[in-house]
Amino acid sequence: MRIYDPHIHMTSRTTDDYARMYSAGVRAVTEPAFWLGQPRTNVGSFCDYFDSLLGWERFRAAQYGIKHHCTIALNPKEANDPRCVEVLELLPRYLAKDGVVAVGEVGFDSMTDDEEKVFARQLELAGEHDLPVLVHTPHRDKAAGTRRTLELVAASGLPPERVLVDHLNETTVAMVADSGCWMGFSVYPDTKMDEHRMVRILADRGLERMIVNSAADWGHSDPLKTVATGRAMLEHGFTAADVDRVLWQNPVDFYGQSGRLLLDDDTTATGPTATFEGNSVLRGQRPSGQED
Amino acid sequence: MNTMIDHAAPHLDDAARARLAELVEELSAQPSKISGVFPAVGRTVARGPSDPADPDGLRTPRLEDEARAVLLQAVAAAWRSEPDRFATELAALYRFGDADEKRGVLRALPTLNIGTSGLPIVADALRTNDLRLIAAAMGPYAAEHLDGDSWRQGVLKCLFVGVPLEAVADLHRRTDAELARMVADYAAERGAAGRSVPSDAWLVLNHGDAGAEKEN
Repeated sequence: MRIYDPHIHMTSRTTDDYARMYSAGVRAVTEPAFWLGQPRTNVGSFCDYFDSLLGWERFRAAQYGIKHHCTIALNPKEANDPRCVEVLELLPRYLAKDGVVAVGEVGFDSMTDDEEKVFARQLELAGEHDLPVLVHTPHRDKAAGTRRTLELVAASGLPPERVLVDHLNETTVAMVADSGCWMGFSVYPDTKMDEHRMVRILADRGLERMIVNSAADWGHSDPLKTVATGRAMLEHGFTAADVDRVLWQNPVDFYGQSGRLLLDDDTTATGPTATFEGNSVLRGQRPSGQED
Repeated sequence: MNTMIDHAAPHLDDAARARLAELVEELSAQPSKISGVFPAVGRTVARGPSDPADPDGLRTPRLEDEARAVLLQAVAAAWRSEPDRFATELAALYRFGDADEKRGVLRALPTLNIGTSGLPIVADALRTNDLRLIAAAMGPYAAEHLDGDSWRQGVLKCLFVGVPLEAVADLHRRTDAELARMVADYAAERGAAGRSVPSDAWLVLNHGDAGAEKEN
């Protein structure tokens, strides 16, 4: 099973997770910029975080044979804090970089006016930088938030096939399917979706524009939920090719629209001591104090 | 313009040169666009080692380093009458750069006629543990402008983290007895711990009469 986890916050995970993910078949990930649990209080905190997504985390993933990409944005939660909004001015520098495969996570948290302004501006930035968009849908009042999200996407003029609307469930999938946007599902241990509900949605609606992620982060979550979904698909009667379509090809097709995927060499046979000769974009910082 | 490209980017093929020439033209008209053009150079112009034996670009500039140097020279020329503006943007390109972009700035420093104003960039790179940045920081700009203490610490750090001393510009000219002493002490410490000494340490240890001085 070959897996691309299209939404996972590896910054919050350990190297043990990387090792387990690799051995279960995960060969590539996208890490969206998001909230860190502890609120940021200034723009510099965002810049250091973005630098870390592009540098240290890419290197750490590479040590375990996993290609790491990221999305960059001001997240919906912190879009309400006037001390953070100025980061919008700096986003263009980051959106020009290699390995940045979308603008995200953008969207709504509490559906405030400030969130909507920041969301709309970042949809414009996606157009200006020729990048797809990853949209977070709110935990509270999800259906209304998803509906308003789709209105803003339509108003932005972005082609719907360049927009992935994430964290969907049975109650929100239909309107996103009708919009032409990609449909993302975060499979969690307890909340959001589980792998069996996920399989039922795939059985009902087919595999087109369907994206499954673990959204694993610093909370109760499981970086192997993509794998669990693949197994549940096989048990249900889906073929190995179907699993590959959902867990590899679909995310590659969606993020590939950026032209910035880092999958240009093989995705096998590396390990903690591997080197990455001849492929500059995969080479992040070296471990500190490395002597021998 | 083509002379500049020939001089600063000798390893680019014709197609890459043509793309680079277009970007130079664009930046000459609108130098502020460098903030978006500079990060994208690996995708828009070229990427890869100029010497296959040096894939990380520790001893030699990579193709994207050569292209980035040309773009910075074009922006410096366009902002000739506003050197502060250029210095501010150069610092921002480094600050917001990923490791490849930072290395591009470091490699371009000696070509930009900025006097000593690039030294904070060199100092930042030497604080990292990133071999690519340390190697690029110890190039001709550091050889010309870095003070003795910082330069010696830079050479020692190269040995410590594994940057080949071939990456250090003007090593022979700037090596002095103090550096030889520091490297001798480092070698002694390694020996005491039963560890090997990088073979290129001898490039410094053989300097002048350092060995004799230690005997006294």
